[in-house]
Amino acid sequence: MTERLTGTERVKRGMAQMQKGGVIMDVVNKEQAKIAEEAGAVAVMALEKVPSDIRAAGGVARMADVSIVEEVRDAVSIPVMAKGRIGHIVEARVLEALGVDYIDESEVLTPADDIFHLDKKPFTVPFVCGCRDLGEAARRIGEGASMLRTKGEPGTGNIVEAVRHLREVQSQVRKVVHMNEDELMTEAKNLGAPFEVLLQIKEAGRLPVVNFAAGGVATPADAALMMELGADGVFVGSGIFKSNNPAEFARAIVEATTNYQDYEKIAALSKGLGEAMKGIDMKTLRPEERMQDRSF
Amino acid sequence: MSKQKYRIGILGMQGAIAEHADHLHHLGHESVLIKNKEMLEEIDALIIPGGESTAIWRLMRKNNLIEAVQQFAHSQKPIFGTCAGLVLLGKDQAEAEESTKLGLMDIQIKRNGFGRQKDSFEADLTVKGMEEPYPAIFIRAPYIEAAGENVAVLATYDNKIVAAREDNLLVAAFHPELTDDTRFLELFLEMVEEKTVSPV
Repeated sequence: MTERLTGTERVKRGMAQMQKGGVIMDVVNKEQAKIAEEAGAVAVMALEKVPSDIRAAGGVARMADVSIVEEVRDAVSIPVMAKGRIGHIVEARVLEALGVDYIDESEVLTPADDIFHLDKKPFTVPFVCGCRDLGEAARRIGEGASMLRTKGEPGTGNIVEAVRHLREVQSQVRKVVHMNEDELMTEAKNLGAPFEVLLQIKEAGRLPVVNFAAGGVATPADAALMMELGADGVFVGSGIFKSNNPAEFARAIVEATTNYQDYEKIAALSKGLGEAMKGIDMKTLRPEERMQDRSF
Repeated sequence: MSKQKYRIGILGMQGAIAEHADHLHHLGHESVLIKNKEMLEEIDALIIPGGESTAIWRLMRKNNLIEAVQQFAHSQKPIFGTCAGLVLLGKDQAEAEESTKLGLMDIQIKRNGFGRQKDSFEADLTVKGMEEPYPAIFIRAPYIEAAGENVAVLATYDNKIVAAREDNLLVAAFHPELTDDTRFLELFLEMVEEKTVSPV
């Protein structure tokens, strides 16, 4: 038997490749986790409160209680992700020790470090991180993130920021791909991006890791929109369990993500689904309430 | 290697679809994303990619693809399943309450048999019929606990069966689509060639 190499870049990025075209759902207990699995989620994100409740509660949002992570982990056979605070090395190590399959170093929680993100390379467990533009995306890849998600504005049920961030990243990737190599260093400086990551993007013609959309998906049509715009998959936080019919919303969002260009099907899926989460207009959010601005 | 160009379907529910398509294009074949049963009529063979087997199963059910893929296999068309694809091609446990597998291949599967993501690994694998080791990437990988007498074992790791063939079906517990090594796909294309000689 030849040597077994764990925690390699291919193994960590590959895990995210297996999630493509799927929906990852926020859950706060085993009942919700089972609803998500039954609906066809490709993974669940175990946390203490969904983002809209974190907003409502205020105060410091931390890694979920270990008992919640364990309860969710033991309830389903699909992968389990969990959120740790930005820069919180120990929360991340604890989640790794609990055997979660992916860690989200997340701006939805209150950052533990307001200057540095985690050095994610030494971990065996892979990380997903948020981004609003290519500079942020490339810095996270440089730190060792194995998956990205455009941030949107979590817990709002409003898709506008998710669309803005995905369009921004896509457009900046296209620009880099078509640049001459002698223009790349200045672009790296302007974006605040590691040169090597931009070079990889230029050579591959795309981001070197999977990029999901997040932050504001509330309906099947929202999920399909993000796929149409080029997301590899979708995170749904408050959108499912803050709707008035979570099991149906979950199923419909999964099917709409797979069949995102089958508009008759999306029409059928959306019919009589009941009320989506209420949602928040961006103009009513105070600057300190914007979770997307919490990382660097 | 055959010079014939084939139309190979990739089950398009969810998972590492583009990776398989890239490999097929690299070898000069056409890929077709399969989202419904009508599309199965257009292809010579089918790949069920890596992904989450429970999600793929539920989406297959919603899109009326379960019986259709079973019929596709019974018509002797070749199917290649990687990781989740291996799980789906296998048989349910006798005591299973609800069917979650196609039951096409005479193999019993241990899902996530190699553990969770932190146990996912790469290793060089000795594969029957290949001179050089194959760089295998195992991600929350299953293995084959038991195989019927008509199943040819192609590779084992840690005494567990991780690649096998039965007639028109080929399975790998690892992800050839995540490497640059197309030898496993070439093995499948040889099977496609064998099965498509008969006049239509």
